[in-house]
Amino acid sequence: MTTHTLSVLVENKPGVLAHVAGLFSRRAFNISSLAVGPTADAGVSRMTIVLDGDSTPVGQVMSQLDKLVRVLKVVELTRGSAVERELALVKVRAEAGHRSQLLEVAQVFGASVVDMSPTTLVLEAVSSPGKLDALLAMLDSYGTCEIVRTGRIALGRGAGAITDEAPAAADGEPAAA
Amino acid sequence: MLDGTQLNQKEQPVDVTGAQALVRSLEEQGVEVVFGLPGGTILPTYDPLLSSSLRHILVRHEQGAGHAAEGYYWATGRPGVCMATSGPGATNLVTALADAYMDSVPMVAITGQVGRPLIGTDAFQEADITGITLPITKHNELVTDPERIPDAIAEAFHIATTGRPGPVLIDVPKDVQQATIGWQSAGPINLPGYRIPGPPSRAAIAAAARLLHAARRPVLYVGGGVIKSNAHEELFRLAELAQAPVTTTLMARGAFPDAHPLALGMPGMHGMFPAVAALQEADLIVALGSRFDDRVTGNLQAFAPSAQIVHADIDPAEIGKIRRPDVAILGDLKPIMAGLAEALSAEVTATGAQPDTADWRATLDSWKRQFPLRYSQAADGPLKPQYVVERLSALTGGNAVVVAGVGQHQMHATQHYSFTKPRSWINSGGAGTMGFAVPAAMGAQVGRPGELVVAIDGDGCFQMTAQELATCAIEGLPIKVLIFNNGFLGMIRQWQELFYDERYSHSELGQTIPDYVKLAEAYGCYGLRCDSADQVDETLEKALAATDVPAVVDFRVHDREGVFPMVAAGRPNDEIILGPEFSSDEQAAARRRDMETR
Repeated sequence: MTTHTLSVLVENKPGVLAHVAGLFSRRAFNISSLAVGPTADAGVSRMTIVLDGDSTPVGQVMSQLDKLVRVLKVVELTRGSAVERELALVKVRAEAGHRSQLLEVAQVFGASVVDMSPTTLVLEAVSSPGKLDALLAMLDSYGTCEIVRTGRIALGRGAGAITDEAPAAADGEPAAA
Repeated sequence: MLDGTQLNQKEQPVDVTGAQALVRSLEEQGVEVVFGLPGGTILPTYDPLLSSSLRHILVRHEQGAGHAAEGYYWATGRPGVCMATSGPGATNLVTALADAYMDSVPMVAITGQVGRPLIGTDAFQEADITGITLPITKHNELVTDPERIPDAIAEAFHIATTGRPGPVLIDVPKDVQQATIGWQSAGPINLPGYRIPGPPSRAAIAAAARLLHAARRPVLYVGGGVIKSNAHEELFRLAELAQAPVTTTLMARGAFPDAHPLALGMPGMHGMFPAVAALQEADLIVALGSRFDDRVTGNLQAFAPSAQIVHADIDPAEIGKIRRPDVAILGDLKPIMAGLAEALSAEVTATGAQPDTADWRATLDSWKRQFPLRYSQAADGPLKPQYVVERLSALTGGNAVVVAGVGQHQMHATQHYSFTKPRSWINSGGAGTMGFAVPAAMGAQVGRPGELVVAIDGDGCFQMTAQELATCAIEGLPIKVLIFNNGFLGMIRQWQELFYDERYSHSELGQTIPDYVKLAEAYGCYGLRCDSADQVDETLEKALAATDVPAVVDFRVHDREGVFPMVAAGRPNDEIILGPEFSSDEQAAARRRDMETR
C-alpha cells in the first residue's frame, strides 16, 4: 500500500475535527491514520493525516481540505523530505521461557519495557513507520495481546516550516499539456 | 424594549439581546426577506423580527422555506435566507440545504438550538444540526458566545456568496439569543483559512485563447457558474468572437439565448442531439463553470475522446476532479471570459486569421435539422407535455421565470421552452429534489414581484410541497403552477419501461386523486383543468391572466410519453437513443454522425 502524509494546520475551534473527518467520510477518502495536537500557537492545531494512496486521489483530497473554512494550510510531506514517527504500546505474551528473547528484540528495535506482569510485557516503541511494522511482526510470533498506536506524525526536514510554504490551492497556471 | 431597527451603532454600545443582534445583523447584510416558521428555540429571535425592516414569509413546512430561499437567489442573484427552530424544524431544512449545496446556491439558514446547558442531553427538540449538515453545507457554526453573533452572521453571508457559493447554517442556542450583549456591528471579516481565488492567470487565459483560435471543432460547455457569475454578456461576446457553438447545461439554461444560431441547447442524458454529439466530436471543449457531471459525460471513458480541455472554474477542487484539463483557469468567470475574448481578439490580430469553424457549424446545423426534438401531438389524441411547454414558450415569448421540479416534466420544460435570458430557469439539478418547484417559485415571485413566474411540476413532485400554495395565496404571490399530471412517477415509469421489463413497481399514483382543481380552490387558488390540445392556449391564457391569486392547472397528459433523446445511465454518449419518433435509418444516421465539409 502506498501512503501519502499530509500536514494540516487548522484553527483550534469547536467542530474542526468533525469538519475534517466529515469531509473524508463524505468524499469516500480512506485515511489510514489521523493524529492531532496543539502547536506553538494556541489558536492553531496540527493534524497529520496518512492516506491510502492507492484508493484516494491525493490532489483532490488536498483541494477539498483546503476549501474547509477552518483549515489554514495543507502540505504534503514526501517520504524523503520528512521525518516520520509513530509511537506504539504493545502488550505481548511473555512466558518465562520467552522473556529474554523478547527483551533482545526490544533492544534491537530501541523499544523499552514500560510494564511487566507474570505472563506479559508492555513495550513502548517510537519508530519510523517501516521499523515499527517490522517490530510488530516480530512480536506477533510471540503472541500479541493488544496494540495501541498514535498514528503517524511528521515534520519536514531542514530549516523550513509549514508556515513558510505557499498555500496548496492551484494558482491557475496551465496544467501540464 | 429596543428592537433591531432602533439601534444606533455610532453611540455608546447599547445593550441588546442576542436575538436583537441577530435580526440587526441580518438587516445590516441588506436582507429584505426571511422565509421561515417559528418554534420554541427560535422564538426569542421571532420577537424582534416582528418590528424589524425584514419581511418574513411564514411557510407551511420548513423545507418550503429552504427551497423558497433558493428560488429567491436564482431569481435575484441575492442570497436567500431561511429560519427554523431546533430539532425537526432544522431537520426539515436538510433537503433544501443538500439541494443548495449540490447546485452551489448561496443561502443562509438560521436555526434555533436548545439552550447551552441542555446541549447533548437529548433535550426536547434537540438535534445536532451542525453535525447533520456538515457534509451538505459550505460551512456551519454553532454560536456559543452571544458576542459572536454579528461576526458569525457577517461571515455566513461572506462565505455563502463568495468563491463557489453555497449554503451556510448558523445554529443559535436559545439562551444565546436571550443573553444581553453590547451591540457592535460586525468587524472586518477575519477568516484566515478561507481563500477566494484572485484575478485569473493571464498566461492561462492566453493559452486557452490560442487553443480556441486554433480549434476547428470547439464547443463552449457552459455550466451554472456562468449564471452565478452574471457573465452571460461576456459569454455572448466570446461565443460570437470565437464563432464557437454553445451548449448550456441544465443549470445554465438561459445563459445563452436558445434561438441564437450558435446555441446547441442542453447536453447530457436528455440533451439535444446536436449538443451531445458536438461534445463527442469536439477537438476543444471550453468548460465554463461546469463540472463534467455524470449526467453530462455519460460513460466517462467514452466522453469527448478527441477533445482538448480548457477548464475555467472558481473552485480549484473541480479542476481535474473528473477530467484532466489541458489548460486550467482558476477564478471568477466574468473576468475570465472577458479576458478570453480580449486574448482571442489579440490572437486574431496577431495571426490575421479569424477562427475557422465554418465546417463545424455547417455540420451542427445539419444535425439540428436532421435530429431535432421531435414528438407528435395529434389534434384529437392524448395531450402531450411537450406541446404544453411549447405553447407556454410561445405565449410568454420566453419571458417567464420558469421553475421546475424533478423528472420528466423538468426535462420537457427545459428542452421545449426557448430561453432568452439568464435567471429565467430555476430547478433542482444536482440533488434532483422532487417538490422543489412550488416553494422555489414562491421564492422567485417574492424576489421578482410583478413578473410572470410559472412552475412546471409533475403530479408526484407537486404533492410533496403543495402546502406552500397556502403561503402563496395569503402572501399575495400569484405564481402559476402547471401540473403535468400523468398519474405516474413518470421518469420512474420510463426507466421501468426501458430497463425493468415494463414491470411498473409502485410508480403509479393515479390521475384523479387528489382532485387538483378542488385542491387549488381549497388553498384559495384559481384551479383549472385541461386534457386536450385544442384547449391548451385558452387554459394557459386564463392561468397567466390571474394576477390576484395563484393559479393551478391540472394538465392531464399522456401517461406513456417518454423523455428523449436519452443516454442510459452509465452508457457512452455515442449510444444516444433519439426516441420512438425517429426511424431506425435516422437512428443509424445519428450514430454515424456524418460531418459536413466545404
